[in-house]
Amino acid sequence: MAVRERFEYDLQELQKKLIEIGNFAVEALHRSVEALETQNIELALEIIDDDNQADILYEEINDLAILLIAKQQPVAIDLRRIIVAIKIATDIERIADFGVNIAKSTIRIGSEPLIKPIEHIKEMYEISTEMLRLSLEAFTEEDIAKAKKVADMDDQVDDLYGETIKELLQINLQKPEYLPQITQLSFVCRYLERAADHVTNISEHIFYLVKGRQYDLNN
Amino acid sequence: MPVVTEKANLNTKTANLNQKAKENKKVVYHTKDLNLWYGEGHALKNINLAINENEVTAIIGPSGCGKSTYIKTLNRMVELVPSVKISGEILYRERNILDKSFKVEDLRTSVGMVFQKPNPFPKSIYENVAYGPKIHGIRDKKILDEIVEKSLRGAAIWDEVKDRLNQNAYGLSGGQQQRLCIARCLAIEPDVILMDEPTSALDPISTLKVEELVQELKEEFSIIIVTHNMQQAARISDKTAFFLNGEVIEFAETDKIFSTPSDKRTEDYITGRFG
Repeated sequence: MAVRERFEYDLQELQKKLIEIGNFAVEALHRSVEALETQNIELALEIIDDDNQADILYEEINDLAILLIAKQQPVAIDLRRIIVAIKIATDIERIADFGVNIAKSTIRIGSEPLIKPIEHIKEMYEISTEMLRLSLEAFTEEDIAKAKKVADMDDQVDDLYGETIKELLQINLQKPEYLPQITQLSFVCRYLERAADHVTNISEHIFYLVKGRQYDLNN
Repeated sequence: MPVVTEKANLNTKTANLNQKAKENKKVVYHTKDLNLWYGEGHALKNINLAINENEVTAIIGPSGCGKSTYIKTLNRMVELVPSVKISGEILYRERNILDKSFKVEDLRTSVGMVFQKPNPFPKSIYENVAYGPKIHGIRDKKILDEIVEKSLRGAAIWDEVKDRLNQNAYGLSGGQQQRLCIARCLAIEPDVILMDEPTSALDPISTLKVEELVQELKEEFSIIIVTHNMQQAARISDKTAFFLNGEVIEFAETDKIFSTPSDKRTEDYITGRFG
């Protein structure tokens, strides 16, 4: 006999909303890097405009989580499912904000031709979003092996970040007149590197969910 | 399995100290291989539990799991049921209470019990509390007055009844009656207090008062409480034993039981997946 059907249903709702905000963040990063590459200011403005959807989802997740705690008094893994949902939502909301930040950088660069193709930035974006997609899977499957794999991918993003910043600094020495653009591109790299760090946090939350203890996956 | 490091516990030192303090606690009840049958029905199966003094130990589990039967073995009340057969040992302060030489009267003066439904005597509030000490031969009015006041204060009901000690206990509310029963229990200065679902007939505020009281009482007494209310067990107990079909499935620190239980059945029960 199924017990606590309502509670199970609400937990699933919470999970669905989390996947929804996660997909939104993936899409926000995708569109923002596309806007940067094609220097599409219209698209960048749209991204900034659409971000309130992430804020709304974030609030809905928090409200539902608080109600579940207040009305259902969950314990053990059920309580962790809710607490972890709040924590993951916070990280994802931040990642969606990075999409907005990249869009703003795109607007600041404007129509000035890009000093170099943004291959490294695209690569960082691809790894970060793949990490986010995998982390959402690891969360729904409560799979810590997958969560660990995601955390390990962060090293690739860190390496790319280091290389790209070094390259941009060299360009700056040769073409100092491009300093504003180089600064904005460095910011973009930083946003993507930070996005990957937030996904690593999500992996740690998944470990806490499954094991009931705090783990540090940053080493 | 991935290799990862667990974050260092900043409170390790404190945790170790607490652990040490707990380890030093004396065991008040030790049940060893306890089995109990009601006729053919095997109600308790190989129960091994060591219960510490000055702690609150909660017994939880679904209906029919044996939790009430277990608590009633601790003061031998279970013997009132015909066709009961018991094997194993129940050591109270290292003496086996199932030994023929052990006088049940001695046990009952050391081990008080509070029941599900408040059961005051149809007497005055004062007489309810003074009844036990009088049976034990105390006649001095001054001493009895002191015991009554101390017990009623101990049960956190003195302020509510001090001006009407001679009124009938039946005039009190359910919550007050239950605290009066606790006061009656305290009057004989017991060592252990057994509580069998003491708040299941009470309103939420009275329930919280009794819970607060249990927290205070553990400074002086050892308390074993059977409860259907898992949140109550989580709120007030130091250790929790989970019973299922007459067996102890898990017995551990309450913090552990309600955060990371070891057994899937415990987790299913406390998260409301069955029972």
